[in-house]
Amino acid sequence: MTTPAAPAITAPAFSTGRFRAEREADWIAFDLLLTKLEKKGAKALTSDELLQLPLLYRATLSSLSIARATSLDKALLDHLEALSIRGYFLVYGVRETRWSRVRRFFLYDWPAAVRSVWKETIVIALIIILGALTSYSLVAHQPEWYFNFIDEGMSGGRDPRATAEFLQSTIGHGKAASEQESGLHVFATFLFTHNSQVSILSFALGFAFGVPTMMLEYYQGIGLGAMLAVFANKGLGFDFGGWLFIHGTTELFAAALSGAAGLRIGTAVVFPGARGRLEAASAAGRTAGKVMVGVILMLLVAGLLEGFGRQLITDTLLRYGIGTLMLLFWLAYYYVPRREDVT
Amino acid sequence: MTAASNLKLREARAKKIRQFITPEGVDLELKIASAGLRLGALVVDLTLIVVALFVFSFFIAWVGVGSKSDIAYVVWMLGFFALRTFWFIGFELGQRAATPGKRLMGVRVVARDGGRLTADAVVARNLIRELELFLPLMMLGNGISEDAISGWTVLAGVLWSLTLSLFLLFNRDRMRMGDLIAGTWVVMAQRVKLDADIGVAGDQTGAIAFTEAELSVYGIFELQELERVLRARDARAMREVADTIRAKIGRPVAEEDDVFLLNYYRQLKARLERKLLFGKRREDKYASD
Repeated sequence: MTTPAAPAITAPAFSTGRFRAEREADWIAFDLLLTKLEKKGAKALTSDELLQLPLLYRATLSSLSIARATSLDKALLDHLEALSIRGYFLVYGVRETRWSRVRRFFLYDWPAAVRSVWKETIVIALIIILGALTSYSLVAHQPEWYFNFIDEGMSGGRDPRATAEFLQSTIGHGKAASEQESGLHVFATFLFTHNSQVSILSFALGFAFGVPTMMLEYYQGIGLGAMLAVFANKGLGFDFGGWLFIHGTTELFAAALSGAAGLRIGTAVVFPGARGRLEAASAAGRTAGKVMVGVILMLLVAGLLEGFGRQLITDTLLRYGIGTLMLLFWLAYYYVPRREDVT
Repeated sequence: MTAASNLKLREARAKKIRQFITPEGVDLELKIASAGLRLGALVVDLTLIVVALFVFSFFIAWVGVGSKSDIAYVVWMLGFFALRTFWFIGFELGQRAATPGKRLMGVRVVARDGGRLTADAVVARNLIRELELFLPLMMLGNGISEDAISGWTVLAGVLWSLTLSLFLLFNRDRMRMGDLIAGTWVVMAQRVKLDADIGVAGDQTGAIAFTEAELSVYGIFELQELERVLRARDARAMREVADTIRAKIGRPVAEEDDVFLLNYYRQLKARLERKLLFGKRREDKYASD
C-alpha cells in the first residue's frame, strides 16, 4: 500500500498520508470486528479474534491521538473518533454475560436494594395504613362517605347498599361464585397492568420531592379501608380479609416498595448530603431502579395469585395461610442477611 | 462571515463536547445529542411501538376469534404492558445501548461517570419516562373525557407535567429527568465511514505550485470547509469557493475548478500540518500565522 514518497514539493519527512497508509489496515480490521460483535455478540468471535480485540482497540486509540496532533483530514479524524467511541463502549461494556447479570440481580442486587430502602418502606407502609384507617373509620360510621372515596364504576356494586349475600358472592363464596368469576382472569390482568402503572407512577413522582408519591400511596390506602369497612359492616370482614390477603400481602408490599423507591429519590434530591445533588440523585435512582424491577415482578406474582390462586382456593383460612406464607417468603428473601453482602 | 461569528460557531460546537477520558488516557470528546435528535428518536420509537401494537392486535384478534376465549384478551393486555414498559429498557440493555429510533438518529445512552451503563440505570431512566411522556397525555385524555375535573385543574396538570417533559431543554447537558435520576447522558454515536484520503498527492505532473504567501491566507477552519466542499463534489459550490480563493490570492481563472481546489487543498494542508508538527495551530484565517 505504501507508495514511494511523492515528489517533494510538499511531502515532509513525516507525512500524514504515510501515517494513514501504515495503519489503515488495523482500523478496517477493528471496524469489522466491532460490527461482528455488535451484530452477533461475543460468542461469534473466535479466540483469535478475541485476543485481537484489545490490541486493535489500543492501536486505534493511539492512531486517534496521533491524528489529532498531526493530521487535519477531517474525514479521517471523524472516522477515528467514531471508531474509538464504538470500541470503547464495546471493550469496556462487555464484562458480564446477560445470564450472570440476571443471576446476580436475583441473588444479591434486588434484595440489597430493597434492604437499603427499609426506612422509606416503613414510612410508606405507615402512610398506606393511615389511609386505610382514615377511610375505614369514616365509612364504618357513615357509609355515605364511601362514595367519596371509590368510583362507582370500579367497585362493581360492592358498596354499602349491597346485600351481604351479594358481597359474599363477589369474594368467591356462595352459589353465584362460578358465574361471577368467569371473567376474572381478564380482570386480574387488568389489575396487574393497572397496578404496575400506578407503581411506576408513584416511583416516577418521587422526583417531585416525594410528595405526590405519598399522596398516591395514601389514596391507595383510602380505597382499601373503604372497601374493608363495607364488608366489615355486613359482618364479612374476616372473609374479605382472606380474599384480600392471598394476593394482598404481595401486592401491597410491592406498592409500598414502589413508593419507597420514589421517596428515596425525593429525599436524595432534597437532602443530598455530602455529595452533589446530581450525584446523590443518580445514586438513589439506580437503587430505586433495581427496586422497581423487583416491584414489577412482585406484581406479576400478585396477579397470578389473584387470577388463579384466589379462584381455585375458596377456603378463607387457606387463603390467609397462603398470604402469610408469601409475606414470610418476601421478608426472608429481602431481609435475611447473606454472606456475599459484606460490601 | 466575521471573526466573531466564526468564533461563536466554534464555541457552540465546543459547548456540546464533553471530556470523556478512557483508562488509556485518551479523551474521546463525546458530543451531547441535540434535543431535536432526541425528539426524532422518540417519534420513531413511538411509531414503531404503535405499529407493533397493531400487528400484535391483529394477530391476537385472529387467534382469539378462533379459540373463542378471553385468554386472548389477557395476552393482549400483557403484551401491551410489556411493549410499553420494556421496549426502551430492552433495547437500551443491548450492546448498542440504543433503541431503534436512537440508532437511526445515531445517538446512544452512556453512563455519565464514564463507567459501565448498568441495567438499573437503564431501568430507572426509562421508568421515569412514564412521568414525562404518559402523564401529560393522560392528563390531556382525562381533561377531554371527564368534565368532572375543572378546566383549570387540567391546565395546571398539563403545565406541570410539561415542565417535566421539557426539562431537557433547560440544562446544558440535555438531560431528561430520567437521565438525571439514572446518571446517564445521551451522546452522538454515529458511524463515520472512512473516506478516501484526498490529501494524498499521487500524480504531481502538472501540479500548480502555490507560493508561501498564497497559502498563508487561510487557517484550519477554512481548510476543513474546503475539504467538505471537495468531498461533496458539488460543481456549483466548488465554482463559488474556487472564485473566492482566486479573488483572495489574486490569481486569474486558468484551471478547472476541481483541479485548482484540489491542488490548493493539498498544499495548504501540507503547510498547516507541517506547522502542527512544530506545535503551531492556526485555527482560522483571522488568527495570526
